[in-house]
Amino acid sequence: MNIHEYQAKEILKRFGIPVPQGQIAATPQEAKTSAAKLGGSCVLKAQIHAGGRGKAGGVKLAGNLEEVEKKAGEMIGSKLVTHQTGPQGREVRRILVEERLNIDREFYLGMVLDRALCRVSVIASSEGGVEIEEVARKNPERILRETIDPAVGLLPFQCRRLAYGLQLANEHANALASIMQGLYRAFVELDCSLVEINPLLLTREGKLIALDAKMNFDNNALFRQTEIAALRDLHEEDAREFEASQLGLSYISLEGNIGCMVNGAGLAMATMDIIKLYGGEPANFLDVGGGATKDTVTEAFKILLADKHVEAVLVNIFGGIMRCDVIAQGVVEAAREMRVAVPLVVRLQGTNVDLGKKILSESGLSIIPAETMAEAAEKIVRAVTEGIRH
Amino acid sequence: MAILVNKDTRVLTQGITGSTGQFHTRACKEYGTQMVAGVTPGKGGSFFEGVPIFDTVAKAVAATGANASVIYVPPPFATDAIMEAADAGIELIVCITEGVPVMDMVRVKRYLEGKQSRLLGPNCPGVITPGECKIGIMPGHIFRRGAIGVVSRSGTLTYEAVDQLTRLGLGQSSCVGIGGDPVHGLDFVDVVDLFNKDPETKAVVMIGEIGGNAEEQTAVWIKAHVRKPVVGFIVGQTAPPGKRMGHAGAIIAGGKGTAQEKIAALEGAGVRVAPSPALIGQTMQETLQGG
Repeated sequence: MNIHEYQAKEILKRFGIPVPQGQIAATPQEAKTSAAKLGGSCVLKAQIHAGGRGKAGGVKLAGNLEEVEKKAGEMIGSKLVTHQTGPQGREVRRILVEERLNIDREFYLGMVLDRALCRVSVIASSEGGVEIEEVARKNPERILRETIDPAVGLLPFQCRRLAYGLQLANEHANALASIMQGLYRAFVELDCSLVEINPLLLTREGKLIALDAKMNFDNNALFRQTEIAALRDLHEEDAREFEASQLGLSYISLEGNIGCMVNGAGLAMATMDIIKLYGGEPANFLDVGGGATKDTVTEAFKILLADKHVEAVLVNIFGGIMRCDVIAQGVVEAAREMRVAVPLVVRLQGTNVDLGKKILSESGLSIIPAETMAEAAEKIVRAVTEGIRH
Repeated sequence: MAILVNKDTRVLTQGITGSTGQFHTRACKEYGTQMVAGVTPGKGGSFFEGVPIFDTVAKAVAATGANASVIYVPPPFATDAIMEAADAGIELIVCITEGVPVMDMVRVKRYLEGKQSRLLGPNCPGVITPGECKIGIMPGHIFRRGAIGVVSRSGTLTYEAVDQLTRLGLGQSSCVGIGGDPVHGLDFVDVVDLFNKDPETKAVVMIGEIGGNAEEQTAVWIKAHVRKPVVGFIVGQTAPPGKRMGHAGAIIAGGKGTAQEKIAALEGAGVRVAPSPALIGQTMQETLQGG
């Protein structure tokens, strides 16, 4: 789960990490009031869940209150298109109004789970303010890394090693150590999956401050992070993806026109892959899970068909624990109830498969059966290209 | 031979009084697995369909000689169950539970260092040696005994691959699901190593997915150590970056972990990568016929 920059900064502040003075604003008037407290001159930052805001015009400087009101008015309600939002962009609903700071140096400081080592790593670089992936490509030697042993936590010598690596003076090395310790405490206590301060600023006055902040959280841990879960911003999420998650379904909407309903994440991805291999485009990833019932199947159909781009639906179920007859029953009832008007290809395999097939063929519905994944993919792609209708 | 489990494996279920634990304990017992004990704190002294239940894993081990454990307890308590099993000296711990917080698994991995226990999962379907022992939630009837070792990060896609193999008359020595979470127990390298050393296993199917770089690391390892034929498949070729595809581990982040990179790495190591998920079995058949 993602949160906004302003929320991340509020959290980091609680963990003792210095952040710029600032306030969130939902209207130009609020922005003006906040800016007045900062003395008029300030930075306006669009709050959306996507990176690349600076280059896309989502970060603006304002010299006085009139300028704040004017620029805030332009930003709030506008659609911001960055390289991470897709062409449709994201609506800017709020902006963060912050003090301006005098930059001496910019660093990158991040904390992330290293999957290979199964531990949390601190990543730091003297190249701040640019994407760390780009630094990794162009100047890998400028990326410093410390891996944290969960039994003892982040150790002082590791903080010193990073500070010296960044060529910080002694007085700043201590400040960096305290920021890193705060970051690690936040990471562990709040079940983060990623925390990034980019850039971490050294001001001309000699202060280290988190100029930007990004925090991602482990969805699996939200059951015990109720405060974090409450920060979820549904405006930033696909409505259907959210609705599906509330029903225990894993759904991701894609660009194509073939709706897929599959059990299991691996098989669901494989189904997307094979559709593409046969020249079609999947409209979504949908994993109905291992314990799907008739009702789950019906709900899944509703979500699939709510996507206006869907011109055909492929159901691919490998019944293990899930029985094919139960799924077939669900498909038939959902197809009737929903009056599914697009071609429907159903491939069932596994437990009680013969019973499942019998239910489908005796349903009186024009369901197109398929034996194998390849046959299913071929049939669904043909159905879409030939525009077969019931 | 086979790997990890066989007819002598004595299995206990942690979380045996929950509905999932009961359902699968029954199914594994019917398959022929020696289900010797269950553990649910507070329910010690009772029975589930003849299987004795204990309050602690240590007591269950002392009384029944269990040497493997399968865990169905809910996510908040799953890692405690893993560590309790390791503390009791269980040799193989299979954690089926889905949705375990990653930071909990980081602690578990640290805890398991230096211990003899092997962990499979979490969020995995389990392990089976066809005809001898099934630990987990796979449908037993699709497996046949034979010489192909199967290792996978996915559940139902593994069933799909196994079904293809079985229909082509290619039985399996053992099938191992390592799970779809970013931090888990045994990895591809560990399992491929076991298959490589197992005389019964003549060839290996390895099913990977997008996210992380375990497949790339395994490719390097295979190139250096494995002479048995390996057939691979990588799922998620059409997955967009930045989206988590169901499994917590299946996400392309920062341009890394794409299917293309993984396929190239595997092919570079001499692994034959199936061009379609429908051709995993056939690719293995061709590989074996081609010598």
